[in-house]
Amino acid sequence: MEQAAPIISIQDVTKRFGAVVAVDDVTLDIRPNEFFALLGPSGCGKTTLLRMLAGFESPGEGTISIGGKDMTDVAPNRRPVNMVFQSYAVFPHMTVFENVAYGLRVVRTPSSEIDSRVREALEMTQLIDFADRKPDQLSGGQRQRVALARALVKRPQVLLLDEPLSALDAKLREAMQLELVRLQNSVGITFIIVTHDQNEALSMADRIAVMEGGKIRQIARPSELYEFPNCRFVADFIGKMNLFEGRIAGRENGKIGVEVAGLGQLWLPADDNGPVPPEAANVGIAVRPEKVRLRREPEADRIALRGKVNQIAYYGDTSHVFVALESGQVLSANLQNDARSAFQSIAVGEDVWCSWDPGDVLVLTT
Amino acid sequence: MANLQAHPAGGERRLPTGRAGRVDRRRVPIGPLEYCRRWWLQLIVGTTFLLLYAPIATLVAFSFNDSRRNIVWRGFTFDYYVKAWNNQSLFDAFVNSLTIAVVSTVVSTILGVLAALLLWRFRFPGKAVYEGFTALPIVIPEICMGVAMMAFFARVGWPTGLPWPLNLSNITISHIAFSFPFVAVIVRGRLIGFNREFEDASKDLGASEWQTLRHVVLPYLRPGVVAGALIAFTLSLDDFVITFFTSGPDTITLPVKIFSMVRFSVTPEVNAASTVLIIITVIATVAATRLQVPTRPDNPGGG
Repeated sequence: MEQAAPIISIQDVTKRFGAVVAVDDVTLDIRPNEFFALLGPSGCGKTTLLRMLAGFESPGEGTISIGGKDMTDVAPNRRPVNMVFQSYAVFPHMTVFENVAYGLRVVRTPSSEIDSRVREALEMTQLIDFADRKPDQLSGGQRQRVALARALVKRPQVLLLDEPLSALDAKLREAMQLELVRLQNSVGITFIIVTHDQNEALSMADRIAVMEGGKIRQIARPSELYEFPNCRFVADFIGKMNLFEGRIAGRENGKIGVEVAGLGQLWLPADDNGPVPPEAANVGIAVRPEKVRLRREPEADRIALRGKVNQIAYYGDTSHVFVALESGQVLSANLQNDARSAFQSIAVGEDVWCSWDPGDVLVLTT
Repeated sequence: MANLQAHPAGGERRLPTGRAGRVDRRRVPIGPLEYCRRWWLQLIVGTTFLLLYAPIATLVAFSFNDSRRNIVWRGFTFDYYVKAWNNQSLFDAFVNSLTIAVVSTVVSTILGVLAALLLWRFRFPGKAVYEGFTALPIVIPEICMGVAMMAFFARVGWPTGLPWPLNLSNITISHIAFSFPFVAVIVRGRLIGFNREFEDASKDLGASEWQTLRHVVLPYLRPGVVAGALIAFTLSLDDFVITFFTSGPDTITLPVKIFSMVRFSVTPEVNAASTVLIIITVIATVAATRLQVPTRPDNPGGG
């Protein structure tokens, strides 16, 4: 695969705060024009990594280069990146216009150029009618777009976004997700977004790095991340997952046998590309709830388990059904409510067969 | 889209009116400190205000009294204001007071802002101790500070008999010493609301440290700085105790002069001078209070 030179290259970066290792030996390349997401639970080091890209923290070890130049120890005001802050940090004593113009004024841009560039940025973010307003006369969504315009007017090589949507309500957040992707397409620069919201990352990003405990667990395209997580943490963090613990028991013409406590021996198609787990290794067996089908009779060619419906959570478009298996473990299955009567077809206390295609099962070794 | 609604007032909800609401309200028991519905609370407050302000009102009123002996009301006149103005030593004291107040305000405001920024921005060994010592002049009894200042200037052999306005330097230094902590406290209060990300955002947008301080931090602090400066001005202008210990025969301030005049008799002239002092102080204090009113808090998130 031939790739363009990375716009950002992070090499063996480690950052410690006292005894705490916030970012632990991270190596990561981000390509030009990519919409890249750093995803992880709070405290996983994703914001620290972003702040190192902006220059607010300096890495203890390792190097960061931006646009092919070493930027490890360059001050924030001398980097070709700009940031949208979590609190937006729109200056309260300046109008919208002045906020957007600020980044041009401090580097002594000619005033005619300031005017045209600020107008362009305000038009792009649909703020042109609010140019003379003060931030306290704006809604949260508008203030966020001021922060966006203020960063984009600098024409950075990379735009950094720190949890940009976390302060917005659900409807507005969804609209802004689409708008950010549209904006990224139209300005054609690299966006790096930090988020703890997996849906946000999945729906917006071209590639996602999942972080935990300062380390990157997996870097992949959204669909790959969701369908082929490489470890228990990623499988569990992205979406919902039914996880069983098992042990490799045998291998036979392209299939591996896994002994799972309470479920017996399962025969699964071996993954040709992935690492081959050694004999008797402990593995995790995972299947997504929406891949599980609930029927009153067992289905042929599918892995099927008997259980009793324990609880049903109704979400409108889907229902999440929790089935207590004979082993005592609870399995969750998502039903699409694709007909009005669909959610009534199953009731708490009923005996059901849960089944799934052996091809939908993941074998997780780590 | 994000710009769904842009009405400035947002969605303020009106309280339900009508009979049901009124009936409910009548049943609510009177709270222990519910001022509007407890007549005795109103009485206490009324009495307090009377005792506080009656003497001051009398003082102001009698400054217009057309009588040498300040006991019986004899008629209205501005004579004593003119007389006070023409009283050379009183006028000199007034000029001294203003000079000291202006210089000490400027210096203590700068020092106070710097101290506040230092304590807010940096961590350094002994910070807690430094912070405590900065606040000390606020709590030390004035009389102690006055005596200490007098002893200090005597010990270091501070030159006396310098030409005006250098002869005011020891008083000015004392005033700076006790008023800059007030500025620091007020500015620090304002800094608590300062979002650190403002600073980061400014640097991220290409500003240097100095540009950030000038264009982002100081404009944000301005209400606190102005309020602090006005407090410092007021404190300096009407300080008596500390000034009394540090002033010499040629460096009398207005409060000290008034005190010395009162020792002979309380003439309407004293009343007039006091009234002028009150008015300047009140104006400064009101302005300081006004500027300290917090700006509208940011309404978080939402549309």
